[in-house]
Amino acid sequence: MNLPVIIKFVIDLLAVLLLALGIKGLSKVKSARDANRLAAFAMSLSVVGLLSYYLGTSGIAIQSWIWIIIGSIIGSLFGAILAKKVPMTSMPETVALFNGCGGMSSLLVALGVAIFPISNSVENLDFFKLLINEVSISVSIFVGAITFTGSIVAMAKLQGWLSTPGWTQSKVRHFVNIVFAVASLIAFFDLINGNTSSIWLLVIVSSLLGIGVTLPIGGADMPVVISLLNSYSGIAAAAAGFVVDSQLLIVAGAMVGAAGLILTQVMCKGMNRSLVSVLFGGSLSAQSPASSGSGEYTNITSCSVEECALTLEAANKVIIVPGYGLAVAQAQHTLREVTKKLEQNGIEVVYAIHPVAGRMPGHMNVLLAEADVPYEQLKEMDVVNPDFPATDVVLVLGANDVVNPQAKNDSSSPLYGMPVLDVQEARTVFVIKRGMSAGYSGIKNDLFDLPNTSMVFGDAKKVLNDLIGELKDLGVGEK
Amino acid sequence: MSFISLLWVLLLGSLLGLELIGKVPPTLHTPLMSGANAISGITMLAALTLIVKAGGNVPLLIIGSVSLGFALFNVVGGFFVTDRMLAMFSRKPSNKK
Repeated sequence: MNLPVIIKFVIDLLAVLLLALGIKGLSKVKSARDANRLAAFAMSLSVVGLLSYYLGTSGIAIQSWIWIIIGSIIGSLFGAILAKKVPMTSMPETVALFNGCGGMSSLLVALGVAIFPISNSVENLDFFKLLINEVSISVSIFVGAITFTGSIVAMAKLQGWLSTPGWTQSKVRHFVNIVFAVASLIAFFDLINGNTSSIWLLVIVSSLLGIGVTLPIGGADMPVVISLLNSYSGIAAAAAGFVVDSQLLIVAGAMVGAAGLILTQVMCKGMNRSLVSVLFGGSLSAQSPASSGSGEYTNITSCSVEECALTLEAANKVIIVPGYGLAVAQAQHTLREVTKKLEQNGIEVVYAIHPVAGRMPGHMNVLLAEADVPYEQLKEMDVVNPDFPATDVVLVLGANDVVNPQAKNDSSSPLYGMPVLDVQEARTVFVIKRGMSAGYSGIKNDLFDLPNTSMVFGDAKKVLNDLIGELKDLGVGEK
Repeated sequence: MSFISLLWVLLLGSLLGLELIGKVPPTLHTPLMSGANAISGITMLAALTLIVKAGGNVPLLIIGSVSLGFALFNVVGGFFVTDRMLAMFSRKPSNKK
């Protein structure tokens, strides 16, 4: 072993260690931010290691430098700008976009190697090595393409650019996807047989497969899909590692792939969905066309903002249940103003955060933190549930399925078994909602029919603004 | 590197990944996903290798460069956005009063 090889070995080892510590640290609140920086440092270190290795051995041509610089400047610049500009509410689709591009990168590397065989020219490889080479290229292209198109579809659906086409909810979609899958298998074997041109077939059908698999999935399940695609992009990176013979790539890719899989499972658990039903079940609302939600609402009490303000003023303890609707209305800052007023009046305010509140687990925490809500006021479901009976007022803002008592009481409900917030235990519940439309699941919410529940109809931001006005008139928080 | 030892690397890397994430508070799901996502942009190393080994092959240089761009978009954007999210959590205690 000569010096450049040793140096690269040491740097790679160090980078793997730091990346592992980074992922580990990211799973604890205290260490998360430093861990993220540590991982970023490890990534830069790995680049330094690779470049110094080539400088010390084969050298790097001027032409290569130029293309390296062009690619890295453009990529980093766009990435940094997007990361700084994007609003916190669009976080899930941003992660999806980044993820798709990672998949695209693996795909391009494999494609490049396949079209222009480089390194130790193909003639030198024996049959076994050639096979490995082609298998890893195929896997990299297959997984990379699925990651890319799947992530782009997920992003477009979350942005609302793409809706769920009706045919994707019928059984036809399984047939179509099987055709794509079989076609990619044929292309794969054709490629191994030495027919290089079938690589394009592989690119096309695996891209289509990515679209076909993601398109039928409903918005509520999208976070799980993004997490799964994130795991895929790790696998694609590991496959690319086999293509260019890099252990570091294989370790890091495998680590992300495995960690992503675990995270996906954790998310599924929080939503009471199994991975299989997310992937193959289609969207939840289509699956159960109002099966148990067919019942009409019989006992809806609607009330004005003024009544709501009066009740709030008289309360001692208030729990806020924020949901996806709050994020859509961009009302988290207005909400913070309301709760500030209540707090100034000596009213205890707590936010109850359902594990999947917002669009992605943890998304609501991020949004409320952005609005300066003190971290200590955010209570997780298990902690806050026993508090509801001793609570005077619960404000439900744009949340629906996560406060549906059906999940506990009605074993025939598709929601049955999903962990929910027991808001109905509180003395009074106000549900601020635009209309009587159902939540993600498309299921009737029994909460709305309960005698202690009142509906305040209107856009969350507008209602909260009115609420601030009413509270002012009542002299709340005027000290 | 022989293929078999690369397979070992793959296996051990996967096991490590499975072990690393045990209990994650829901608060951190989104940042963790985003941070792990940034790490998957490690394919930038493959893109770099491609460019360095391309020699004078211009189409290959371009493919490598585009691939590098996509990967760095993933890496840089991913880490920045994760930091932005995490900054909101850590800001609280120190910035309060």
